This record gives sequence, structure tokens and C-alpha cells, in this order.
Amino acid sequence: MVATGSLAAIGAVATAWPFINNLNPAADTLALSTIEVNVAPIAVGQAVTVKWRGKPVFIRHRTPDEIAKAKAVKLSELPDPETDAARVTDANKKVRPEWLVLVGVCTHLGCVPLGNKSGDQRGEFGGWFCPCHGSAYDTSGRIRKGPAPKNLEVPQFVFATDTLVRIG
Amino acid sequence: MASPHGAPPVFNNKVIAWIDHRLPIFSYIEKEYHTFPTPRNFNYFWNFGAIATVMLVLMIATGIVLATNYTPHVLMAFDSVERIDRDVPQGWLIRDLHMNGASFFFIAVYVHIFRGMYYGSYKAPRELLWILGVVIFLLMMATAFMGYVLPWGQMSFWGATVITNLFSAIPVVGQSVVDWLWGGFSVDNPTLNRFFALHYLLPFVIVGVVGLHVVALHVHGSNNPLGIDPKGPQDTVPFHPYYTMKDGFGVIAFMVVFAVFVFFLPDYMGHPDNYIPANPLVTPAHIVPEWYFLPFYAILRAVPDKLGGVLGMFGAIAVLFLLPWLDTSRVRSCTFRPIYKWFMLVLVADVVILGFCGANPPEGFWVPLSRVATLYYFFHFIILLPILGKIERPLPLPSSIADAVLKKKVG
Repeated sequence: MVATGSLAAIGAVATAWPFINNLNPAADTLALSTIEVNVAPIAVGQAVTVKWRGKPVFIRHRTPDEIAKAKAVKLSELPDPETDAARVTDANKKVRPEWLVLVGVCTHLGCVPLGNKSGDQRGEFGGWFCPCHGSAYDTSGRIRKGPAPKNLEVPQFVFATDTLVRIG
Repeated sequence: MASPHGAPPVFNNKVIAWIDHRLPIFSYIEKEYHTFPTPRNFNYFWNFGAIATVMLVLMIATGIVLATNYTPHVLMAFDSVERIDRDVPQGWLIRDLHMNGASFFFIAVYVHIFRGMYYGSYKAPRELLWILGVVIFLLMMATAFMGYVLPWGQMSFWGATVITNLFSAIPVVGQSVVDWLWGGFSVDNPTLNRFFALHYLLPFVIVGVVGLHVVALHVHGSNNPLGIDPKGPQDTVPFHPYYTMKDGFGVIAFMVVFAVFVFFLPDYMGHPDNYIPANPLVTPAHIVPEWYFLPFYAILRAVPDKLGGVLGMFGAIAVLFLLPWLDTSRVRSCTFRPIYKWFMLVLVADVVILGFCGANPPEGFWVPLSRVATLYYFFHFIILLPILGKIERPLPLPSSIADAVLKKKVG
């Protein structure tokens, strides 16, 4: 009786798994995971938004001033400590501080922060500002103020050439 | 067909008698909805269970008709809803009934919940009845949330994004859970598809739990405004025709108000941003949920920590499950609780204040106000209720329902 009961229980759990797993991202959704962007037309101080995995990705061509500001911050001041250099290093370990690539999704509850368009509110740290619940990010996309717990995510990216960045 | 109190019914119609002998549905209806002894002293608050039931049926009926014209695809959903509004015969009416029906279903249920709290309907032996009610409330919230996503407007999309992201607050597995809910890396077509499937399914689950809620209700019968048990036939009246008619009157009155919104203010409770098609790259400046979620949304935002906010929001509902045990008073009805009566009204005011906090941007004085109101909400359930039940001196209870009712008439 114990053997039959246990086997039935294992069978029931094993049968449940395909139903649960069925809701996970499908192969065609997973296949959308890489894009390439030509960054040549983006002038210094400008930023663009591209779509990757259904989410916005921010590519910002930072000014020397913005880079300096991001570098000057002490790690102890950050809720989610991370150096600016680590955030602008691509998958080939190439460091290009003028290019900042970020997933443009607030780490609080997933809104798209403002600050990528000229004229947008950028918050008190000059980076991005999330209008939903008031999180402010700095010029390295790091969280500085508000309810978001983490820095804006840096996706895996690599500079295939000087002007072509591959994301994903 | 008529039978005296308690005796098994005798059916004169041969067909009915034949069926009932094999499948006793007519006996059941007779027992539970006709002769069922019901306290004679209900006030109009007792209408809202019936009103909520009517709203549930209306939501399912309009929903099934809407589903025949709706397309759950990110490229077509918005237009298919516009087509229902503009081209489908009477589509505007069905959609407005469904859209405003959700709001009015929540109005009915909130009044019903208030009734249960004010008159202590959750106390022994009705704890499971109350818990089933909270389960229905949770299912309603899930259903309403997924339904709001279906028109695929800006609020649909961003509401879905914000609410599903609540689960990313779970330590370690949060993001995997969110990707699983989405079926992708963002709210997208797989999400819309499954929300449609679940939005169609859950109302029938609600019907099932409502069935259990009614079964549990009919074990010990309804509570009443005095909160004392009926002691005999002098305290009760048969459910039909007394309360079928009173409920009918209540439903009609409620429908009059509902009709005003459906026909003259169909978008009053909605948000104009939801008439802008969903754009995954632009978040509206001010995201708000539907009004019936605002108090919970305010609690979410009041806590200055992501996980804490999410726990606060779910905790606000979790305390309702514990209500029968948090309240230590042995007196059910607030009529005889001279102190708690006022605190009950303060709680209502507190929830309304939370609603306003949730509707306004998290800036300025709304932030401290929402924090104070959130603290008060939990203070009420976790601290005030257990202590007050011990120290409050209730007023003397009447000896019976009949006694109290007849005295009131004379005096």
C-alpha cells in the first residue's frame, strides 16, 4: 500500500511538471535574445532606446562631465555598490566609458525610467528618473534614491566593431 | 408544494415529484431558499450578498459574449475591443456592463465585507464561511487584474508589468518566477494569452467557492444586526417570500445606480490612458490601478523597501484570514460594542484615506499620510482588536431577536 501510494504521488508530481514548465518562455521567445545596434549616429550627450527581448535598452553616449561624475562617487554612498568601470566593460573586457548600455527597466516594479530623451526629467543625480514610484539613478545608471533596490541592469554586450554593439 | 416549517415538502406535480424522488433538487430549493429560517431583523446591509451574486452572474454572461468578439493577441487586442465598442451590435452596452460591472461587483463585495466586520459575522461558528469569503475576494482581485490587462492599453500593459514585477521581490527565485508568469522576458503576447485563458477560467472557480460559501452559510444560518442567535420560530421568517423580495428590492435599487454609470458615465471609473494602445517603451507618467485596488496599492508604496512593500500589501489581506481569531470579543455586533463601533468606522475612514493616497503620486504629504494610514490599518487588526475585545465592556444583549424587534416597535 505504501509502495502504491508513493508511486502514485511521484507520478502525480511528475505529471504536474510539464503543465508548470509549459508556462515558461518558449523556444521562439528565447531565440529573440540578440540584437545588433550601430552606435555611430549617436552624438555625445545623446541616448537612444532600442527594443531587446521586448524591453527597452538604453544606449547613452556620455559626456566627459557625466563620466567624471559617475567615477567620482564613493562606493560607500551607493545602495548597490558597483564601480562605473565595471558597468562599461564589455564581454571582451574592453572598457569604453563613453558608452553606457542599460536595460531601461526600473528595478523596482518594471517601469521605464525617464531621461533618455532630451527634455526628459533626469532626477537629481543626472541619470534617469522613474516616474512611477520616484527612483532616481545616476549617470552610471546606479540607484541613488527611491524604492528600487538595484542598479539598472547592464545586459551582456560586446563591441563587435568600434561602432557596432551586440546586445545579448 | 407549500409545507409547514421543517416538514419534508410534498410535490403535487407528478413530473416534479418523479424527478425529486431521483434527484432531490426541488427538495433542496424548498429547504434552502423557501422555508429556510432566516432572522427576521435583517437591515439593508444584508442585501449585498445577493447583489454580489447577481453581479457575478452578470459578469460571466457579459464576459462570455465579449469573448466571442475579443482577440487575445498583442497586435489585435486593442482594436478588437474598439470594434466591440463601435461595430458589434450592442457591443458598447455589453462592454460597458462588463467594465462597470467589475467596479460595482467590488462595491457590493466591499459593503458585504464591511457588513461582516461591523456585525461580527466572522465569529464562531462562521469562521470558515468568512475565510471562504476572503478566498472569493482574492480570486476576484486576480480575475479583475487579468481582465484589466486584456484591452491592451497603456494602463493594461503597465499595470500588468508593475503587478507581475511584485513577484520579483521574492528572494533568489523572484526573477525566474516573473519570467515564468510572463512566458518571456517582458509582458508580451504569451502573457496576454494566458491572462485571457485564466480570466475566463477564474470566474467559474469563484462560482464554485461561492457555492461552498453558501453551503457554509446554511449550516448555521445568517448572522443578523443584533449578532445573537435565533432562539426559535418567533425569531425567524421563511427565506421566501420575505427575503427573496427584500433582496429583489435591493438588487433593483443597486441596478438603478449601476445603470446610471453604464449609460451616462461609462468611463468615469476607468482611466483615459487605457485608450492609448500599449507601448512597451513608454511608461505613462502616472500609473494607477483600478479604484478598488487603490488602498492596497497605497500600502505597497508606503513601505520604502521593495520586499517590505509587497509583504505589506499581501499582509493587508492575510490579516483578514486571521480576523476571527484576532477579535477576542465575545459579542458579535458592533451595536453592543460602544468603543469598537467607533474604531470600526475609523478603519473605514482609514481605508478610504489609503485609497486617496494610492490615487495620488507618491510625493509631498501623500507619502507620510500613506505611511500613517498603513500603520493604522495593521494597528487595528493586530493590536487594537485583540486588546479591545478584552477590555471593552459590551452593552447588555437583548434576550431574543423577537424581543428586541418588538420592543423597538413599541418604544
